[in-house]
Amino acid sequence: MPHEQTGQTLSTLLAIAWLLPLFGFAIEIFAGFWQRDRFSKAGARLAVACIAVAFLCSGWALLTYINDTGWNERYQRQSEHHAALMDSLHGHHAGEDAHHPADDGHDAHQHEHKHGEKAQFALSDPPLAALAPGQDAAEEGRSKPATFSGTYYRLAKFGDLEIEIGYYIDTLTLVMFTMVTFIAMCIHIFAMGYMADELTDEYVDHHAHLADGKHLHRPGRYYQFFAYLSLFCFSMLGLVIAGNIFQVFVFWELVGICSYFLIGFYFERKSASNAANKAFIMNRVGDFGFLIGLMVLWTSFGTFKFAETDAAHPEKPAGLFQMARGADGLMHIGEDADGTSALVLHERDGSQKLDAEGNPVSVPYWLIIVAGLGIFAGCIGKSAQFPLQTWLPDAMEGPTPVSALVHSATMVAAGVYLAGRFYPMFTPEVLLVIAYVGGITLFVAATIAMVATDLKKVLAYSTISQLGYMMLGLGVFGWAAGLFHLVTHAFFKSLMFLCSGSVIAGCHHEQEMTKMGGLLKKMPITGLTMLVGVIAIAGLSIPGTQIAFSGFFSKDAIVATSLTFFKENPSHFLLFVLPLITAGLTAFYMFRLWFYTFLGKPRDQHVYDHCHESPWVMTGPLIVLSLLAAFCAVGGEGGKLFLMLDESRPAGVHETLAYTGVVNVTLPGHTAVASNHHQAGNLATIAAFLGTLIAFAIYGIGLIKPEEIKKSLAGIHGYLTHKWYFDEIYDVMFVRPAHAIAHFCTAIDRVVFDGVLHWLCRAAVAVARWDRIFDERVVDGLVNLTGSVTYSVGRSFRKLQTGNLRQYVMFIALSVLLLSVILFVWFPH
Amino acid sequence: MSLDSYLLIGAILFVAGVVCMATKRNGIGVLMGVELVLNGANVNFVAFSKFTPLGLDGQIVSLFVIVLAAAEAAVALAIALNFYNNHLTIDVDRANELKH
Repeated sequence: MPHEQTGQTLSTLLAIAWLLPLFGFAIEIFAGFWQRDRFSKAGARLAVACIAVAFLCSGWALLTYINDTGWNERYQRQSEHHAALMDSLHGHHAGEDAHHPADDGHDAHQHEHKHGEKAQFALSDPPLAALAPGQDAAEEGRSKPATFSGTYYRLAKFGDLEIEIGYYIDTLTLVMFTMVTFIAMCIHIFAMGYMADELTDEYVDHHAHLADGKHLHRPGRYYQFFAYLSLFCFSMLGLVIAGNIFQVFVFWELVGICSYFLIGFYFERKSASNAANKAFIMNRVGDFGFLIGLMVLWTSFGTFKFAETDAAHPEKPAGLFQMARGADGLMHIGEDADGTSALVLHERDGSQKLDAEGNPVSVPYWLIIVAGLGIFAGCIGKSAQFPLQTWLPDAMEGPTPVSALVHSATMVAAGVYLAGRFYPMFTPEVLLVIAYVGGITLFVAATIAMVATDLKKVLAYSTISQLGYMMLGLGVFGWAAGLFHLVTHAFFKSLMFLCSGSVIAGCHHEQEMTKMGGLLKKMPITGLTMLVGVIAIAGLSIPGTQIAFSGFFSKDAIVATSLTFFKENPSHFLLFVLPLITAGLTAFYMFRLWFYTFLGKPRDQHVYDHCHESPWVMTGPLIVLSLLAAFCAVGGEGGKLFLMLDESRPAGVHETLAYTGVVNVTLPGHTAVASNHHQAGNLATIAAFLGTLIAFAIYGIGLIKPEEIKKSLAGIHGYLTHKWYFDEIYDVMFVRPAHAIAHFCTAIDRVVFDGVLHWLCRAAVAVARWDRIFDERVVDGLVNLTGSVTYSVGRSFRKLQTGNLRQYVMFIALSVLLLSVILFVWFPH
Repeated sequence: MSLDSYLLIGAILFVAGVVCMATKRNGIGVLMGVELVLNGANVNFVAFSKFTPLGLDGQIVSLFVIVLAAAEAAVALAIALNFYNNHLTIDVDRANELKH
């Protein structure tokens, strides 16, 4: 099928999948379920139906892509290539140090490793143009990734800037669509069971206390919950399909507001409304950076579009990715007129972009860094990365299906997704920042997760930690590795959250692990599916083989990339040490959670006695998700999922690149990573098994009493239970100063502004009083005087008018006489 | 006869009329005074017309005055009759009701 037609089919299918939840939302909110019948499940069924059809459309789109672009052949080729590469590498140094040359059978590779020193690469370009292309056999065999972009609807046009609702479809989009709709579908179905206690006219909220000490009674909000879920799905899919960064921002904010609604679903609880506010405000901090990034992009590139692939209209201007990267997929750095380094812009065909006078157009390099950091700041907020990570644990105030869908599997992954999508615009400096932010985050969050006792909080910190892994993976040049982990993590983390939801629902909203224990007997399905998720996230494998659950492969890919990065750049050793240690910590805290909850003796007999397995509507999704969590990544980096994602890998990510700019780094390439894969995998597996064993020793068989460790490490334990004092630090750094400033402003308001206003008012009253006196005395006096004078004059004339006719005649005669006399006296002849 | 003698007669008639108007309490008497005053004036008009080159202007004006006087007498007599009908007297000093 021709390229255009495929694009048409894909965009139509995805648009249907995208808009269906919006349709569902509109009906759920406006059809009046809140008036007619609070016991009706119609709204929930509609939501499930919408998202299920959306999933079918996404899956259909994925299949269309596979069939129409002949992906299976490419998959075979890539898979064989991968297998050959692994064979050739590990045949030589299985289990030993991987500092051997990786050249046998790969002579096409220009780069070679040398023992014990930083790898040198053939650099023919001057330092400023140091992003030099390398040659790679796989890269040559790989056709350009099939991307489809276009416009659904143009919202506005300001000069050259077009604001559009568009689409940008590559395998990343398709995989994300399928993953999001599938997980959302499972969670919708689960939520039908979990939220069933809202199907009432009189819901008693035991966590919301009224002023009189009683519990809050309110009507159930079942339909509303599903309306929010539908709106969220619409927003998330809109974010994924977006064809330009502006549209991403719009839907970015929409998922933010959905998250706000859903965290604050029990908004009568003070803690829930606070958590919702916190999440929203923390995200605003990141979005401020996002906005700056948008402005920089607009002013420097004049477009928001990712890429323009409309072959029928070659005159249309290039998109961001096409401008930033040349035909070889690399950033070309030159000097602009002032002599500062600048990014040379390109046309769609890969030639240099020229202005009207024929001079090459370039953008100052530091602006590109600012734009990248700005966009990444948005990702930090959304994906709860250090230093904006504190909102995510608090977001667990929302109902558990929300935690599963929004705060583990999809929305928080949006930051990672955007970092991956926007990868072609990130310079090595930005990537290094991403890597370090991810590295710090994954370690900090994992340490806190080790001591948390709230079931959902442990999972929340584990989410932050895993998001850190993804960011780190992206940052160390492992584009596909980071996004691979994004997808696998979405499956096993939504599974674990739903399991925890099942436990919480079964234990009548008890979330403290300290009151659980031995639940495996009571809830076998939940317990076993949870175990699948735990093994997946811990990254355990059968030693010496590649038989493992999904998390093993994706984490392996990240650790291998970071190991290679560390070998190329020994100064950045933290970027390898942190994820390696954290691999152990992850296994520890996840197994701690599982042992705590499902094994051992019941710690609270009351909770244990009343606990029960959840109905099928809840355990069904668990089983489906557990299958996916286990097997979605079969084959690892030679498997379908990874290669599917890898197909959309931005050009130029594949080769090892030495870079000298603001920072000097060598970005590891595919072959280098593959050569370190075995070693990294072994290290990570050892770490994971160590963590598991320790957890087993402490919480499984009670070899060491946790209380004793707590006592002996009281300082560290306290530090960790206070979450590294982040909340306290932010409280001191931002909240208190804000309060202080607010108080100061209030004081100024009260004293100065109110004082001036009061004084003005008093002056006005005084003036008015004087005015009144003037009015009453002077103006009224004058008017009255005129009246009284007129009256008295009239009165005096009244006496004259006697009505006596003869008298009048006398007057007339005398007057005439008088007039005559006067005339004759005054005017004599 | 000179102009003065005409003016003298006119003046006598005028003064007599005024005195009549000022002294009579009888409404008809007052009317008669008015006629005297008017006729005094007429004499003057005619006299001035005769002794100055005014032609017949004075005569015409006096004829006009006579017609006016007739009309005025008719109206005034009607008032007098009505007054009598209501008050059984034609004493003008008794016509003081508007004052109150």
